[in-house]
Amino acid sequence: MADTTTAPPSAPERREGPLKVTGSARYAAEHPSPGRLFARPVPATVARGRVTGVDVRAALETPGVVTVLTHENAPRLGEGDDPTLAVLQDDRVPHRGWFVALVVAETPEAARAGAAAVRVDCAEEPHDVILIPGHPSAYVPEEANAGHPGLRRHGDPDRALTSAAVAVDVRYRVPPLHNHPMEPHASSAHWDGERLTVHTSSQGTTVVRAVLAGLFGLPRERISVLAEHVGGGFGSKGTPRPDVVLATMASVVTRRPVTVVLPRRFLPQVVGHRAPTLHRVRLGAGRDGRLTGLVHEVATHTSRVKEFVEQAAVPSRVMYAAPNSLTVHRVVPLDVPTPSWMRAPGEAPGMYALESAMDELAGALGMDPVELRIVNEPRTEPDSGRPFSSRHLVDCLREGARRFGWDGRDPRPRSRAEGPLLIGTGVAAATYPVLVQPSTAVAHALPDGTFLVEINATDIGTGARTVLAGIAADALGVPPERVRAEVGRSDLPPASLAGGSSGTASWGWAVHEACVGLAGRLSGHAGPLPAEGLTARSDTRGKADAESPYARHAFGAVFAEVAVDTVTGEIRVRRLLGVYAAGRILNARTARSQFTGGLTMGLGMALTEGSTVDAAFGDFAERDLAAYHVPVHADVPDIEAHWIEEDDPHLNPMGSKGIGEIGIVGTPAALGNAVHHATGVRFRELPLTPDRVLRGLTEAGAH
Amino acid sequence: MKPFAYVRPGSVAEAAEAFAARPGARYLGGGTNLVDLMKLGVEEPGALVDLTRLPLDAVEEVPGGALRVGALVRNSDLAAHPLVRERYPALSQALLAGASGQLRNAATTGGNLLQRTRCPYFQDVSKPCNKRTPGSGCGALEGVNRDHAVLGWSEQCVATHPSDMAVALAALDARVELYGASGVRTVEAAEFHRLPGEQPQRDTVLRPGELITGVLLPAATAGLPSRYRKARDRASYAFALASVAAVLQVTDGVVEHAGIAFGALAHRPWRARRAEEALLGAAPTAAAFERAVDLELSAARPLRDNAYKVPLARALALDVLTRLAPPAATA
Repeated sequence: MADTTTAPPSAPERREGPLKVTGSARYAAEHPSPGRLFARPVPATVARGRVTGVDVRAALETPGVVTVLTHENAPRLGEGDDPTLAVLQDDRVPHRGWFVALVVAETPEAARAGAAAVRVDCAEEPHDVILIPGHPSAYVPEEANAGHPGLRRHGDPDRALTSAAVAVDVRYRVPPLHNHPMEPHASSAHWDGERLTVHTSSQGTTVVRAVLAGLFGLPRERISVLAEHVGGGFGSKGTPRPDVVLATMASVVTRRPVTVVLPRRFLPQVVGHRAPTLHRVRLGAGRDGRLTGLVHEVATHTSRVKEFVEQAAVPSRVMYAAPNSLTVHRVVPLDVPTPSWMRAPGEAPGMYALESAMDELAGALGMDPVELRIVNEPRTEPDSGRPFSSRHLVDCLREGARRFGWDGRDPRPRSRAEGPLLIGTGVAAATYPVLVQPSTAVAHALPDGTFLVEINATDIGTGARTVLAGIAADALGVPPERVRAEVGRSDLPPASLAGGSSGTASWGWAVHEACVGLAGRLSGHAGPLPAEGLTARSDTRGKADAESPYARHAFGAVFAEVAVDTVTGEIRVRRLLGVYAAGRILNARTARSQFTGGLTMGLGMALTEGSTVDAAFGDFAERDLAAYHVPVHADVPDIEAHWIEEDDPHLNPMGSKGIGEIGIVGTPAALGNAVHHATGVRFRELPLTPDRVLRGLTEAGAH
Repeated sequence: MKPFAYVRPGSVAEAAEAFAARPGARYLGGGTNLVDLMKLGVEEPGALVDLTRLPLDAVEEVPGGALRVGALVRNSDLAAHPLVRERYPALSQALLAGASGQLRNAATTGGNLLQRTRCPYFQDVSKPCNKRTPGSGCGALEGVNRDHAVLGWSEQCVATHPSDMAVALAALDARVELYGASGVRTVEAAEFHRLPGEQPQRDTVLRPGELITGVLLPAATAGLPSRYRKARDRASYAFALASVAAVLQVTDGVVEHAGIAFGALAHRPWRARRAEEALLGAAPTAAAFERAVDLELSAARPLRDNAYKVPLARALALDVLTRLAPPAATA
């Protein structure tokens, strides 16, 4: 294990950077072709019901409108696995915002005007959209997201809690959250004869191609799906969304190129969101701080369309040694938009609750919160009993404490003030699982001495091209400048999606193997290369997806300092520092960007981001970037991200763990714990907006 | 988008004529709000009368010590103007607390006053809103109303006016200059916006076709101590949860002039006349400030989600007044 590292200036810069900053990188809607049409969906304006009639006459009379598709005339789609993609197939309205028509027009403006002219009549039914504790429809699902069991129990947690020397029993709330990538969901579809080409904003086009093939009854070979540049996804583009189905549908009907760009205000309702979670965490410990019992209960919602259960109790199965534990999810189907993946599903909200509760326990014990985590370090993964492939949480905590200047902190809440400002510091741990998927790659040695690596990876803004070229160069033993990486096209060798922080591990493994094979071929080759060069292929099936005897996770520690204004309740972050142990870091520059981006998003989750389900209307009240408050530059202090290099032989040939999501994990708890330290008031509902903070200060008589 | 005519007149008179000649016309300034509302289908003007070529883009000193701000002076320019910064610091602070740098570069003084509420029900044409469609109902009254009014609302409308600038203008006794068919007139900035009452569709006292030509910053408040403070959900680019602008003149240990206005509490900048009256002639003590502010806010009627606004506005006002008072007075 090496010392912690920050980005050295020598790490390669992202290759598409100049294209992006000069505006010449093309995104999904920026592929004009002759005769292109624009389509705009029409959202349902009831929260539950049935469409009884769609009057399209006025829309069809709107200048520029070509056609209007509804459930009555839209092409029938094949059976698919994802019912959120069954658009315009029947008269059912499962939630407000569900698409009930599609207006196809010569210009975006005509499509907008046409959409406004469509009259939809619905038979409205009573709806229920509000998640409440103890909702009568709640049930324990067999599995939560990512295949995790809905419930796990070890020992007798109730007895352990009753007999614990010190216990906390606390509840937290995390509101619905929205992914809101900078590039909205957009797709362009066109036909060349019998061949369909689709540009879409996606985290993985191999899946998009497979889904379109199934829905439209086309052989995969006749479909090309491209996502050369993607303006963020944060999980909401992990699988296809309705835009790509609608664009393809409209191009099938009109036989012309069609672009669908979802308006920002539609996104919360149709591309997935992080479901709200209600947490109850009970911790019992001895006077030495060792946990004897841990109960983490999560209630969340899903839609009537499909079951998606945010796996927020899962990190409590990984973090701390507790002989008696219960981790359980309860889900309530409501007439709400369908939730889906958002950066660190499960870990982000779950670790907010667990790491806040650990801070509360540290307070109850009179113990330093860093020390409390260290004494509860497990020898094996608590839930599975498997050994960790590597786990350096304690090192992250110690290194973070050293860099942050944690030692010497006055642990007493509300012990530091600067005029009307209360200053506090907090800490939380972070974790994210190591996920890896099989992928394939092809590597070419070309006669001009350069190399080409082909793989349908997707660069969603993370620097995937750059990192894959680096992995290839390492395996080939050549400078990265001599390697080109082609990604973002379903015609390339199939590869997994950019999600679950698995991209670099999954794609890199395939690239590494292809390049090792190519290096072998080159070493056995004498004389100049043939005109077509030399080629080697890889397929990591059977290896990447092999069951590991190890529990594999990345870990981290987040330290935060905040100033709370007692006049307004406004919180300003002064310092935010993360230290991570995530295997080998492959590109220090792009990795640092991932960590700091995650920390920033965690700052938003803690302080500014929140969405409200409107009980009367059934949709989200915050639907644009003026109302849904992602942090702005002025909210974000100088964030530090450091890492501990791990040498873990049980991962993949590069020795890397994923880094795309762990930055958001732990950050909300670190900030919340800092706010408690500053004010002496424990806030248990996110985000920590001025109204809540001021009320808390007033109720505590601390104002 | 509904087709619309577009004209760009060169004089105020031409603008008013162009407006009168075209049904459904709207005046266009920086377009930072009107264009958004057109995209949302909230506004569907028959014609846009672009005012940006009118000769109303100067900040001028008027004999007698007042400052005249042309209606087309951009928010950024007004905030940065040396005389504004020197004489009316609350106005400069309020402008800089609003929107983002890019929006302030485009937004005009007149347009800022005429921006519409950001109530989500007003912005969503699929929901009822008496302001947008009179008689359709109010989605916010029983809906998500954390950002809505606590003062002066009616059963018809609980929206707030979003401007920061207008709050400072109200406190500074500014006047709004208007040009219309019946001639030129000025109204107090504090009276320019209306309370919703039974006609929430009317934001202001503007008469049909009337045009804002400028804002007059009076000599009487020039150079007096003034401040603006705003609380919001993030450090920039967020509307106020509550805000306050105050002007305070203390002479010989007593308050000689007080101008106080709250933002984000009502359908218009809320000039706190009762608080001002209570302060006039009083010593500027913490107790006097509390009494005055509590008197004003005792009229508040919070909705389900926004009770926090009352203590927040109180805290902001006490903070601003305390900072404006001479240090000895409140010590």
